[in-house]
Amino acid sequence: MSELRFEQVTVRFGSGRNVNTAVDAVDLTVRPGTTHGLVGESGSGKSTVARVAVGLTKLSAGRILLDGVDITSREPAARAARRRVQMVFQDPLSALDPRMSVGASIAEGLLATGRRHTSAQSAGRVRELLDLVHIDPLRADDRPTAFSGGQRQRITIARALAAEPEVLIADEITSALDVSVQGVVLNLLRELQQRLELTMLFISHNLAVVRYVSDEVTVMRAGRVVEHGSTDAVLTDPTDPYTRELLRAVPVMGRPLDLEDA
Amino acid sequence: MTIPSTVVTAAAAATPTEPSPVRRGDRLLAIVGSPRLAFLLKRLARALVALALVLVASFFMVQFVPGDPVRAALGPTAPAATVDALRHTLGLDLPLGEQFTRYFGGLLHGDLGVSVSTQRPVGTTLAERLPATLMLSVVAFVVAALGAFPIGVATAVSARGGRRRSLDLGVSSLLGIIIAIPNFLLAVVLIWLFSIVVPLAPSAGWGSPQHAVLPVLALAIGPLAYLARIVHVEMVRVLDAPYITTARSKRLPAHLIYLRHALPNIVTATLTAGGVVLTGLVAGTVLIETVFVIPGIGSTIVSSITTKDYPLIQGVVLMYAVLVLAANLVIDLLLAALDPRSTIAEA
Amino acid sequence: MRIPALLRTPQGLAASVGLVLVVLATIFGPIVFGDLATERSIADRQQGVSVGHPFGTDDLGRDLFARVIVATRVSVLLTLGATGISVVGGVLLGVIAVLLPSVLKRLVAGLIDILLSFPWLLLALFFSVIWGTTAVGAMLAVGFAGIPVFARLTSTLAASVAGSDYVRAAGMLGSGNLRTTFRHVVPNILPPLLVNTAAHASVTLLSFAALSFLGLGVQAPEYDWGRLLNEGSKRIYVDPMAAIGPGIAIVLVGVVFALLGEVFSESSARRLPPKAVRRRRSTDYVAPVTDATPTLEMSDLRVAFPGRDGKMVERVHGVSLSISPGETVGIVGESGSGKSVTASAVAGLLGPEALVTSERLMFREIDMSAVPNGAERRRLGLEQAMIFQDPLTSLNPALTVGRQLREASEVHAKMSRADSLRRAVDKLNLVRIPDAERRLNQLPHEFSGGMRQRAMIAMGLMGTPRLIIADEPTTALDVTVQRQVMQALREAQNATGAAILFISHDIALVSGFCDRIIVMRDGVVVEEIAAARLDEAQHPYTRGLIACVPDMATDRTAALPVIAAADEESITV
Repeated sequence: MSELRFEQVTVRFGSGRNVNTAVDAVDLTVRPGTTHGLVGESGSGKSTVARVAVGLTKLSAGRILLDGVDITSREPAARAARRRVQMVFQDPLSALDPRMSVGASIAEGLLATGRRHTSAQSAGRVRELLDLVHIDPLRADDRPTAFSGGQRQRITIARALAAEPEVLIADEITSALDVSVQGVVLNLLRELQQRLELTMLFISHNLAVVRYVSDEVTVMRAGRVVEHGSTDAVLTDPTDPYTRELLRAVPVMGRPLDLEDA
Repeated sequence: MTIPSTVVTAAAAATPTEPSPVRRGDRLLAIVGSPRLAFLLKRLARALVALALVLVASFFMVQFVPGDPVRAALGPTAPAATVDALRHTLGLDLPLGEQFTRYFGGLLHGDLGVSVSTQRPVGTTLAERLPATLMLSVVAFVVAALGAFPIGVATAVSARGGRRRSLDLGVSSLLGIIIAIPNFLLAVVLIWLFSIVVPLAPSAGWGSPQHAVLPVLALAIGPLAYLARIVHVEMVRVLDAPYITTARSKRLPAHLIYLRHALPNIVTATLTAGGVVLTGLVAGTVLIETVFVIPGIGSTIVSSITTKDYPLIQGVVLMYAVLVLAANLVIDLLLAALDPRSTIAEA
Repeated sequence: MRIPALLRTPQGLAASVGLVLVVLATIFGPIVFGDLATERSIADRQQGVSVGHPFGTDDLGRDLFARVIVATRVSVLLTLGATGISVVGGVLLGVIAVLLPSVLKRLVAGLIDILLSFPWLLLALFFSVIWGTTAVGAMLAVGFAGIPVFARLTSTLAASVAGSDYVRAAGMLGSGNLRTTFRHVVPNILPPLLVNTAAHASVTLLSFAALSFLGLGVQAPEYDWGRLLNEGSKRIYVDPMAAIGPGIAIVLVGVVFALLGEVFSESSARRLPPKAVRRRRSTDYVAPVTDATPTLEMSDLRVAFPGRDGKMVERVHGVSLSISPGETVGIVGESGSGKSVTASAVAGLLGPEALVTSERLMFREIDMSAVPNGAERRRLGLEQAMIFQDPLTSLNPALTVGRQLREASEVHAKMSRADSLRRAVDKLNLVRIPDAERRLNQLPHEFSGGMRQRAMIAMGLMGTPRLIIADEPTTALDVTVQRQVMQALREAQNATGAAILFISHDIALVSGFCDRIIVMRDGVVVEEIAAARLDEAQHPYTRGLIACVPDMATDRTAALPVIAAADEESITV
């Protein structure tokens, strides 16, 4: 089980007069074997934090450590460590190549393990992974369009797992799904985390979902961390006024909306 | 009609989910302040670079001809003395650097050389012949634009109503066929129909308004059909947009929905297509002037290529390039004036 | 690509027949008609159209029809050659442009842009000076002139594919640049390239004919259609078919190539749906109403849309709903439940392809299943307010917010510009948009998402709304912004006494805002219940919906309940 640590991570876009600081000196630690929820609204920088961890965006300052190894440096050890962090995207339709069978897409994940696989081994592993995410392994040759949204999302999870990651980053993975399907995916994440002892960073704008899934929570706003701590502490009795405002705005089933001015 | 085959190209590259790194344009924007101005300056700069490229290309055109260009111009039986004399006149016996300076120096003074076949200065010839080509292009463009809009809007509205299916299909097929007919073929057919079968207009020559009728028609009909189709496609796309549903939810009368809500949103695409049409028209004058024997620069380029009159070729190529770049700049100006959002997106 | 299905469309049929004819003429033309084409017969020279010579004869007595057929080979082969040069050269240049480091990439892209701004004919003429005025020279010239088009197309396609999530994912999984290019980028850009190649072949054919027509292409004694057209146009007084014959060949084959392109693009002709006819009122009568008139009475609403094969498919199966004045009613459902379609039917906004039937569909005594007359339109414009889901596209990007707000008042309530302006400022203040006068002169893109939705609420308030229909108005918004919009909605209701029909997939939101909740699934209403008594819901789907959505009090140690068969539907292609 691994620890993922963000130290003073800063990401800036543009230069001169047009600088946009998307992430501002963020400290965040995802403890080994736990799920850490990262919550915020649009423009909070939470997605950028995820992208920086997997190398899709460049750091401007700070570092990201996987078990103490800085994965943002250019050394070979860093590159190997980076493969141990995998991400699952929000939109399952665009995350899968429409012209490849899902089995081939999942098999692509095996590249990151650094080991060679014969085609028999790879086919076998694909079947195992499909089984792990509760999809009929006989459908490995089907194209993504033959599956529903929730199934596609589970296939992208299988692909990420093929890489045998230590850390899984889930970036708004249920936001594009119907609520009835959301539950299936969330349950799967819990199950996988327990079975595979994964460390997870779960990003969402949906407080209730984050609360359900996470052991610890960090709240971001405009690139900065405004509050963090255990889920119960932050989401039951927050100290930061923004977190309070967030909580106040979340609709609760069966209770009239709080529309009064503060 | 020179239709670009990839009019309906793939959608523009996916917009990045993160702000893209700053480009030079953003710095320009910071200096100049107004996005429109920045847009225009960028386009002007690009036109100047293009012009420089054309100048260099037209100079090297002669150098790239395989073998001996002078020999190719005079033929295999010409005596060596004549060939050497011509080579000297054209300056092709000088080292490359000197040729270049001679060429550019001449350009700066407005001296484009002397035509080999007519012995007259190229500049004079061009100046005499430019007005005819200009007039032909502009009038044809106006005709195409004025005709395309009503046809495009009417067919779009009719197609969405879905009540006159066969008529819609017929008109759309007709437009498709017209677009497929090249303008020189159309010219020949028009001459046959309206000069021979029913003698209404002269088939050649230039000088009076009647002389312009058939050439303008031949040049404008294809682009008219093409633009009409663009207007049609854009109107249909816009009429399906959510903001039109909003306008309908306000129960606004139909004419307000089409004119006030829909039309302004097709400006960018049609103007851009109009730009393509305009430059295509400029090029089309080459063919039309040849068929109708009109004394413009289009007929000049063909004869100069056949006779390998290099100074004249270079002059005409330059002239056409300037016309095309000017047409593009005019369209850019119009775009900046009418649709500020496209300039912001670009800048 | 489903070829057999595509071939059954009129375009597909025409394209295949045409293609077969072209191929036959290319291969067999010179064999079958070769002799006829070269046979001179001075006695028959320069004849017009006759039975023996459908296109007449040329000045050496050769049959022109035969010559046109024979010329097919030259014309088509040269066209294919030039197209090949354009495609191969363009794709290579485009791929190189994508793989280059960014400075060089911009240079090459700029160069391609500049080349693209020149019409092909000028480029072709330029190249023909270099390559010479011969058939091969012309082919090279036209081929090179087409390279920028394909270079730009390839780089645009490659860039858009390269920016997609699955390519990013491949990178993260360790796929190198080369592998990603061949396994992902190339297969995804091939289909549109194919379409454009066919379309381009059509244009190339015309370009070639133009060059030969000008005398700069194929030279005597060889001939192609362009050359024949040139020769024929000189004899148009005597024998018009001498020119029109080759012209027909050019146009027909050009159309065949263009049709091929259309067929490949899988945009086969949309099967036209049966026309949905709506009754039209002839009088200008509108029934009198009071404050007590029920706002909405709808029973047995059915809505059908044309399916893939043109047959009507019903999406809403008999929904009944009534709304009393001032009530707040919510419709909850997932995607495909038919909730938005129902709302659009209530507003009378479904397009002409929808078939709407109902036993009764009355909005304050106006029959919404018929086309409204003038007086009814006026009342609807003032009394119904709509808010749609996507704030980005619901407001017209080309018009100022002020113009869009003032319209309804000016058109329906006949207000003067000054009065409607004052009213618009008033309403913007009501929805708490600061600096209202300045904002009215702005375009929608200068507003944030939440502000746009509130502006739409303000727009609805310009009339005298009796029913506000809000279709997923906050789905695209952050939760704190959602709260602001819901506030504005509530205040709008308080100010006008209007009823609200609120559509959403978020049952927690609906239960917190509405008096009464209607749950829809797959086009039917499964339950109707007061919001206050939601915990007494009977239907298993409703109970499942409530249970499976996590809220701030869900038990974190247990698995989430799952609605049966929620995720196992496959989507048939």
